[in-house]
Amino acid sequence: MQNTDKPMTRWQRFKDNDIVWSFFHSPGAVIAATIATVVILACIFAPLIAPFDPFDPAQISLWDGKLPPAWVDGGQPQYLLGTDNQGRDMLSTILYGGRLSILVGLAAVCLGMVLGVTLGVVSGYVGGVTDAVIMRIADVQLTIPGILLAILINGIGRVVLPLDMRDEFAVYVVVLAIGLTDWPQFARVTRGATLVEANKEYVQAARIIGLPGWLIMLRHILPNTLRPVLVIATIGLALAIIAEATLSFLGQGIPPTTPSLGTLIRVGNEYLFSGLWWITFFPAIALVVLVFAVNLLGDWMRDALNPKLR
Amino acid sequence: MFFFILRRLGQSLLVMAIVSAVSFSLFNFVGDPVNNMVGQDATREQRIEIRQQLGLDDPILSQYTRFLGNMVQGDFGLSYRIKRPVDDLILERLPATLELVFVSAVIALVVGITLGIYTGIRRGTWASRAILSVSLIGVSLPTFIIGIALIYLFAVHLRWLPSSGRSGTIDFGWWKTSLLTVDGWRAIILPAITLSLFQLTLILRLVRAEMLEVIQTDFIKFARARGLSERAVNFRHALRNTLVPVITIIGLNTGGLIAFSVITETVFQWPGTGLMFIQAVDFVDVPIMAAYLVFVALLFVVINLVVDILYFIVDPRIRLGG
Repeated sequence: MQNTDKPMTRWQRFKDNDIVWSFFHSPGAVIAATIATVVILACIFAPLIAPFDPFDPAQISLWDGKLPPAWVDGGQPQYLLGTDNQGRDMLSTILYGGRLSILVGLAAVCLGMVLGVTLGVVSGYVGGVTDAVIMRIADVQLTIPGILLAILINGIGRVVLPLDMRDEFAVYVVVLAIGLTDWPQFARVTRGATLVEANKEYVQAARIIGLPGWLIMLRHILPNTLRPVLVIATIGLALAIIAEATLSFLGQGIPPTTPSLGTLIRVGNEYLFSGLWWITFFPAIALVVLVFAVNLLGDWMRDALNPKLR
Repeated sequence: MFFFILRRLGQSLLVMAIVSAVSFSLFNFVGDPVNNMVGQDATREQRIEIRQQLGLDDPILSQYTRFLGNMVQGDFGLSYRIKRPVDDLILERLPATLELVFVSAVIALVVGITLGIYTGIRRGTWASRAILSVSLIGVSLPTFIIGIALIYLFAVHLRWLPSSGRSGTIDFGWWKTSLLTVDGWRAIILPAITLSLFQLTLILRLVRAEMLEVIQTDFIKFARARGLSERAVNFRHALRNTLVPVITIIGLNTGGLIAFSVITETVFQWPGTGLMFIQAVDFVDVPIMAAYLVFVALLFVVINLVVDILYFIVDPRIRLGG
């Protein structure tokens, strides 16, 4: 009963939050979060951390091309993970590439989430024909596998752009392609949650005092549907990063001039047969670690937010 | 039963209508079809003639009905790049994809269900834990990275298996099979494993989760109390009741296998429909893109329909409720 006497400080309330509690009491989550944070921070601050700037021609020399990692015979200490075919330092390229991969993944998930949540809340709250139309579209889209759809949208997007703008806007096209493919999951979950919330008394109360529908959706229903959305968003982030890497690996995504992790793996793959394993190996490891950490976080979050399992 | 299937059929038709509309608009809005069919130096008259041949000046609705009519007959016109009928091209490459998908589905099913049952029954042993940890990594690994890793290990490093292409094919009319020769099997094994791994982990985790849930139910406890052998309890009673969700996943995953065959076929340069699709996207070969889209959607719709009907047969509760 002591809490009622004295209002809790923000920090105490934060500590008492069930999600935060569960976080600090599962070692897997803490490890995953640490790895994810380190990798994501390293990538975001790539310009500050990276020993070289892979986009600065003055720092690249072809003479230093195809050098193995520093600990292998023939490696040079300033290139810790070796260099690629153009003489770029692998470590720096990976950091910059990871940065692009994360940014594209985040942007794509945000696009899918905003689109899906909006349509989901509207669909669940308005109901009727609107609901039927939105959900049918989601159903149809779910029958076609995401990666195929992304390849298709991406291909169309590139064709629609004039030739000289294709490389420049490739990143946006990829974001659009992935974002447009993953909205149905968000829409379905949000719609389900909205249907539950819309019948509760606080929503009826808001309706009675005459609030407009959009305000009820935005201020009252939306915040209460966000928990499951958070879980899907985390798993969606991992999937979006994989989707971007896959598109780029297939040569459909981000061009080699500003490589993402997928582009780096694609370029490196051509040198695999000549024994230059590090050009593919390190970007691939970076991608796997990144995706694995995000997946672990998602797994933990699903358990933590599911009251049945607590 | 009849109405249930009828309703599903209606939904399937709706899906196909929307997909065909998308694929029709691909023809009209992506690039200029006339430019794609004639060379750079075609005269104005030639262009107008082709426009009329293709009926591009007709109202959009009659163009769409004509497109639908052709589509139902499997006619998607000529590929812009190879100048051959698209349906021939797809039929030619279909056996390669179907054999790849078939072999990987068998691998995923057999290994996935076996390991799923094992980890479900013997939970807590170190082997189960190891299998589960590895399966989590399997979910995180993008298909193409698995492919590259397998190529590096078995083709570049150990030199046991070929790294790309399809070989040792034997003709049966239009169907070229590679499943009857040693060379063919050597070529298919790496791409098939690559394609199956993701589905395998999904099936494994699903079967395990279902087993864990079923084993706790009363009828299993009762079966044990009756003194039935461990084997009978696990396989006759428990496994059978895990099958409904497994059938769904298997059905939906066959579609997933076809989708991911695009990636696997590119990594291994496997001459199937997926590789053809990627090349078509590269060269903006709209007829192939459109046909492939319709083809995949049709496969999905058929698979979903079959799964729904299977439900009906497997689970009496749905039969009575519907």
